[in-house]
Amino acid sequence: MLQQLGQLPMGWLLIALIAVFGSAAFFLGRTRAERLLMSTTGRMHSRPNYHGYYVAMWATIPVLVIAFSYAAFGEMLTRGQLARELPSSFSRLSPVELQSYLDSVRLAAGSAASAGADRVFEAITNRYLELRGLVNAGTLVLLGLVAAFGIFWGQSRLKSDFRARALVENGMELVLFLCAGVAIATTAGIVLSLLYESLLFFQKVSAWDFLTGTRWNAQTEAEFGALPLFFGTFMIAFIAMLVAAPIGLFSAIFLSEYASPAARAWIKPILEILAGIPTVVYGFFALLVVAPGIRSASIWINETAIQLGLASEPILAAQPTSALAAGLVMGIMVIPFVSSLSDDVINAVPQTLRDAAFALGATKSETVQQVVVPAALPGIIAALLLAVSRAIGETMIVVMAAGKSARISMDPTSDLTTITVQIVSLMTGETGFDDPKTLSAFALGLVLFTVTLAFNVVALRVVKKYREKYD
Amino acid sequence: MTDTARTQTSKTSAMKRLKKRRAADGRFRYYGLSAILIALGALAVLIFTIGSQALSAATYHVVNYDITLDPAVIAPEGAGRPEDIARNVEGFYGLVRDNLLETFPEAAEDRASRREVADFVTRLAVLPTAQMVAKQPELVGTRITLTAPLNDDLDLYLKGQGVRERKLDVGPIAAIKGEVDGGYRVTGAGAFDAVVAAKAVAAADLPADAPEPSVLLTAGPSTGRLTEISAGSGHLELLTGNIKDFARLQSKARLIVALESERTISDQQIAWTLALKDMGRIERVPRTTLLTNSDSTYPELAGGLAAIVGSLLTMLVTALVAMPIGILAAVYLEEFAPKNRVTEFIEVNINNLAAVPSIVFGLLGAALYINFLGMPRSAPLVGGLVLALMTFPVVIIASRAALKAVPPSVRSGALAVGASQMQTVFHHVVPLAAPGILTGAILGMARALGESAPLLLIGMVAFVGDVPRSPTDESTVMPVLIFSWSNNAERAWEPLTSAMIIVLLAFLLLMNGLVVFLRRKYERRW
Repeated sequence: MLQQLGQLPMGWLLIALIAVFGSAAFFLGRTRAERLLMSTTGRMHSRPNYHGYYVAMWATIPVLVIAFSYAAFGEMLTRGQLARELPSSFSRLSPVELQSYLDSVRLAAGSAASAGADRVFEAITNRYLELRGLVNAGTLVLLGLVAAFGIFWGQSRLKSDFRARALVENGMELVLFLCAGVAIATTAGIVLSLLYESLLFFQKVSAWDFLTGTRWNAQTEAEFGALPLFFGTFMIAFIAMLVAAPIGLFSAIFLSEYASPAARAWIKPILEILAGIPTVVYGFFALLVVAPGIRSASIWINETAIQLGLASEPILAAQPTSALAAGLVMGIMVIPFVSSLSDDVINAVPQTLRDAAFALGATKSETVQQVVVPAALPGIIAALLLAVSRAIGETMIVVMAAGKSARISMDPTSDLTTITVQIVSLMTGETGFDDPKTLSAFALGLVLFTVTLAFNVVALRVVKKYREKYD
Repeated sequence: MTDTARTQTSKTSAMKRLKKRRAADGRFRYYGLSAILIALGALAVLIFTIGSQALSAATYHVVNYDITLDPAVIAPEGAGRPEDIARNVEGFYGLVRDNLLETFPEAAEDRASRREVADFVTRLAVLPTAQMVAKQPELVGTRITLTAPLNDDLDLYLKGQGVRERKLDVGPIAAIKGEVDGGYRVTGAGAFDAVVAAKAVAAADLPADAPEPSVLLTAGPSTGRLTEISAGSGHLELLTGNIKDFARLQSKARLIVALESERTISDQQIAWTLALKDMGRIERVPRTTLLTNSDSTYPELAGGLAAIVGSLLTMLVTALVAMPIGILAAVYLEEFAPKNRVTEFIEVNINNLAAVPSIVFGLLGAALYINFLGMPRSAPLVGGLVLALMTFPVVIIASRAALKAVPPSVRSGALAVGASQMQTVFHHVVPLAAPGILTGAILGMARALGESAPLLLIGMVAFVGDVPRSPTDESTVMPVLIFSWSNNAERAWEPLTSAMIIVLLAFLLLMNGLVVFLRRKYERRW
């Protein structure tokens, strides 16, 4: 009996129960209010629907709290009790081993496939199911009681002059505020989780060694000098900006100053397609077309240089994946970030400035170069900063096309690795959360978050200052 | 006007300078134009390369095998229940291999050739037929046509993408004589002129000590390897078919420069493939399995169904979490929030969250959902929650813009007839802003659909062979499947990956099309 309860699909059941309790409470409340409306001579303060919502609030909010605490702590509770009841021989297992053992117990319990395994495992699985059944049954009973009490309490407060609407609206406003607060919670979650895991990491490896060390060998040797990763990240972002900055900027100037409205209406959305293509597609393109192209081009350059006697050995590394390939493709991806924002700020430059320049006899290009662009410069710089931050944080293109060797090399045809590549390769292995490898990924994440945040904050500041100037 | 001479010179120099300035003006315009053309050109190249690759993977070759479902093989004593038949892959595969050995008796001679013929079809390719027979047990004992995809390398060869070859015309063959070592001497005046010429061209690119390239001579279903070639004669070693065909039918020669030892397919396999094709047993059909099969280690069997369903489940979770929270938060910030420090702090947070690299959300998901809350790895539930955190700032920003666009007169009107603030917002403002809110939400979801980096960190990169049934099952998503396929070494995965990219882009196009439609239909200028 308890074991069957342990196999209940609690997630679906809880959602269904909350929906049932909520709507039942709503109808009960509304019916009662309607009856009040018939019996009273005067006017009711709130319409019957609001009385319904009021009772529903009392029925669902406490139930929601219980459901969330079940989701957060139910499994923990079951496991804690189970671990206490385990035979003494289990105390030899390390916490991680115990955790993975309990994971497999849970998996077996979910599929009822413990048959065939050894007897101890089967017994533990059955006990686990019993305990979970107990927790489930307790939760369900508590849920029912609380909901019934909520409905009863809500109902009892309904009167003809009861200000249900005001209370419901206050409650609703609180819900709205909490939704907006999720933004703060998310940021806090990011900062706390990154900081917490990073601090654990810095207990094992000193922060100074991490930031200034030049040897990165996290997978095999536990060497955590992240300087080559920072170098690779900035090298590739630099190459990307070499592509994106001129192309994006000139595109924006052409679109806002030269193109006809019809051409602009066509070209702008097409350019923005570049920003809508998933990055994994760019990565595949880099891997399939650009990287082999760069490799054969650099091999050709090597051969020609040797034939011409300019060099005695190959100048370029000519590796199958290269910083140049990743950087070029990333540059293409970043173009719309530069062009769209720059286009907006160039358009925001008042026409009077242009007219004044023309009146002085300047040509169109002189006007653009000496009047419009300087006037829009803060916005353009902000656009470039946002693009750099985008390039630094980009993952899939570099994972697929930039390579994995941590080195400091100015040769763009050699393969370099970046912060994001290392985070992915460290986190996709099968290692626990107490391993320095996994923790170092969080330290890298913290660096990445800080750097991109700094770029964004500076960019937003610049934009804000600029706006005040012309509005 | 006293110094006319000086004015004259300054005029000419001014004219010169003006000419220079105008040229600079023209150049500047040209720079802008070329920047746009480079950007559009890059987009065109990207779409063209991937599109053309995908087009070649849109069809593939299947082979038909007429087999008799021998009850002794399909449903032997004690294993005749439907589920046994469905599991009896080995039995069905044996029938297919026997059929091939019957067609090509020469393959039965030694173990090496038996293995080569077995490569034609992978074992798992017979699974759909086995399941069909399990559902219709009355088929046992009858003769059916089993269709199975051709091996991926041979498929590429038939499409002209795998092993490079040159097709050459051969003149009429006048005489065929048997020789001692099992081969034949074929002669015909000037029959092999083109072959000799092509071999000379090919040899020029190869090092001097390279082995001879293969030359295959095909006539109808028969193929042989041609050696000792001169303009008028050659030594033919029959690989499959009947030697008489060469006298009867028009022959064609194929020059394959790549060495047999460096290819994934042998001359013998090419000969059999050409024979099957000549018999009309190989067909090129649309690859519907891309949408109906799940992932496989064999490219000819792999499909994206599990990833598509995984993507849909993930998007469902994302939509259910991000859309209500994002829209309600936008309503609060735009309609209710007092101007104070808390509100300002929330706004700063939202703007920054929209620019945080996606991989950081993956780290958050791994630490919070998996490590701290103990949620299952690789599950659409966790993936959807991670993507929801990433998407809701986008939804907030778009919804706020839509709410801002509703004119204040609407609010004043509602308030004037006695509606409360809450009623004004939810009965009047939000319905009017709904199309804008919805388009913003859809665009946010489209971004989430193409996202892969954070999902790699929560383990959605595992090989998933079964279609997930619930948000807590192990699963992967389309972009991650594309990433995994692009890591596979075999050549056949490349076009397949491109085809999967096109499927993903089709979904994105659909969502963006929906946005355009909603805008056209409901957009309102106040």
